[in-house]
Amino acid sequence: MGDVRLMKGNEVIAEAAIRCGCDGYFGYPITPQSEIMETLMIRKPEDETGMVVLQAESEVAAINMVYGGASCGKKVMTSSSSPGISLKAEGITYLAGAELPALIVNIVRGGPGLGTIQPAQSDYFQAVKGGGHGDYKLIVLAPASVQEMNDFVDLGFELSFKYLNPAMILSDGVIGQMMEKVELSDYKPRWTDEEIEKISGSWATNGKKAGGERNISTSLDLDSAKQEVFNHKLQAKYRAMEENDVRFEKIACDDADYLFVAYGSSARICQKSVELAREKGIKVGLLRPITLFPYPTKQIQEMLGQVKGILSVEMSAGQMVEDVRLAVEGKVPVEHFGRYGGIIPTPEEVVEALEEKILGK
Amino acid sequence: MTATTEINNIISEENLVYKKTDVLLDNEMHYCPGCTHGVIHKVIAEVIEEMDIQDKTIGVSPVGCSVLAYNYLDIDWQQAAHGRAPALATATSRLMPDKYVFTYQGDGDLASIGCAEIMHACNRGENIVVVFVNNAIYGMTGGQMAPTTLEGQVTATSPYGRDCATTGFPMKMSEMVSLLPGTRFVTRQSAETAGAVRKLKKAIRKGFENTREKKGLSFIEIVGTCSSGWKLSPTQSNEWMKENMFPYYPLGTLKDE
Amino acid sequence: MAKFKGAIVVDTEKCKGCGLCVVSCPTAVIELARGVNGKGYHYAHMANPDACIGCSSCGLVCPDTVITVYRAKAS
Repeated sequence: MGDVRLMKGNEVIAEAAIRCGCDGYFGYPITPQSEIMETLMIRKPEDETGMVVLQAESEVAAINMVYGGASCGKKVMTSSSSPGISLKAEGITYLAGAELPALIVNIVRGGPGLGTIQPAQSDYFQAVKGGGHGDYKLIVLAPASVQEMNDFVDLGFELSFKYLNPAMILSDGVIGQMMEKVELSDYKPRWTDEEIEKISGSWATNGKKAGGERNISTSLDLDSAKQEVFNHKLQAKYRAMEENDVRFEKIACDDADYLFVAYGSSARICQKSVELAREKGIKVGLLRPITLFPYPTKQIQEMLGQVKGILSVEMSAGQMVEDVRLAVEGKVPVEHFGRYGGIIPTPEEVVEALEEKILGK
Repeated sequence: MTATTEINNIISEENLVYKKTDVLLDNEMHYCPGCTHGVIHKVIAEVIEEMDIQDKTIGVSPVGCSVLAYNYLDIDWQQAAHGRAPALATATSRLMPDKYVFTYQGDGDLASIGCAEIMHACNRGENIVVVFVNNAIYGMTGGQMAPTTLEGQVTATSPYGRDCATTGFPMKMSEMVSLLPGTRFVTRQSAETAGAVRKLKKAIRKGFENTREKKGLSFIEIVGTCSSGWKLSPTQSNEWMKENMFPYYPLGTLKDE
Repeated sequence: MAKFKGAIVVDTEKCKGCGLCVVSCPTAVIELARGVNGKGYHYAHMANPDACIGCSSCGLVCPDTVITVYRAKAS
């Protein structure tokens, strides 16, 4: 066992960033995620690893600092919560349009508007369907434990550099504020200038090399024909993600007659609901998407010969359920159950919803 | 000796006194005839060449006419979202402290949509150079009112002349940022005569030297023209600028610490 | 008699005929041509070459950097 601790999800994000060799964090305070920047400020990684931590003047500035830092080939990140992510949407689409790697953490709170500071999953559409303008996708990782908060920081950077595309950790106040046992990752040194040159030298704006090509970080091309070709390239990249990097977890699915589909904190609740339902003799399983984009569409489809109905459980008014329905194509009933506005459903409520909405049919 | 022969004798390598720097690419500039951007680009390129920092300089271009500045200076560039160049430059400079980072921004970009970013970059004293081109109008979108548009000035969105009672007053950005402790060098220059261009070059050089000495933020405003937006010829634009812009935006150095 | 004799070379195809060099020239050497270049601009040219002192004013103010300046000591 490595370095095992009892830590808050938000604090672990900060710790994992330092340990994975992150070069810079740029953020702006917003509940319920402020502990991320606070932890970084206490840890002073600038003294330890050289990682830059800066409190920006706004979420807008923070994401654009990320754009600047990402353009240099550095591992940079920001974090915020729902209203702040809306402000970052412009910067995020620029990152996607300039094909830059970066990590964005969204500790979701209930909306719309200023909404509430309590947990919710109502930013699913914003995370997986765009959020900003233009045809782009984010790689979206949905942790369901404090351990995954740790693991997905490094994974998020890995995938974002693999595809040269921004990645998002979509979590919520439940996981962000929860204290849980976590095995922290080992320290990885920050990339040296030579390593950055090797990894990202073909695009990083870190100074034109004598006799070499210069690099320009931009999402602009006024030539429509070229812009279409570029969009084809982006789409091919998203298809490659769907082909190679879908992540999911199946719990009690082998003999399941029914299926919960839930991610993040809802999946934790559903795990208990599976037990409760099975005590009642209802054989239900849980499919937990870990990547929300790329979505485990095929994995849901593979369950269709087996299950008689699916309940999508989300802390939203019904967002992910649309992707479940797209996968299922009407072959079995698909219903949604959710509490929202900051209310967390109980495992009992979920079982009742299964009985009423799926078994009742 | 005929006149032609004499000219041909003068035109030889040993007599060369002024030519385009190699840091400026051969791409034909998209700017309108007489546009001040071209002169400013050239001056920045000359300073980069003279300081031998082509491999260490990163430019951040704005949204506006100079969005395509990266087509003209042969260095690495980042193209920022509208108004956000100082945020990009902040991270770039902090993550690569040995580099020379400058933003290039117009008045709509810096003084309107990017007001927060510039103020805070100045206040933090980021070790960057800000090149601020003030021609009192939005050029690229077709001549709309800018925060720096003069009182009474006719633009596409102030067709009866800017009414300060309803649209506010022309903003003096150099004066504003000079009040912030983070700025080390704040100057307002122009580029309409050879003398002005020489002074501008000295100011830009000083800005990059400040970066080298880790002195903090240098803010160089250039009062320029927009003949298309102003609907005047390039030479008339210079006259209009001298008569109308210079009294409100006086040239000179406001701060040099 | 000027101490220096100068000459300029204009990249006429890149010149946009803005005329800023014309007014910047202290010795009234430059004029815009009657003819036009490939883009339809009346390009700058030395209309009065004998007066050129190679001061570089035109080159400095040219937004398109199309003027190269030469200067030699007057014989």
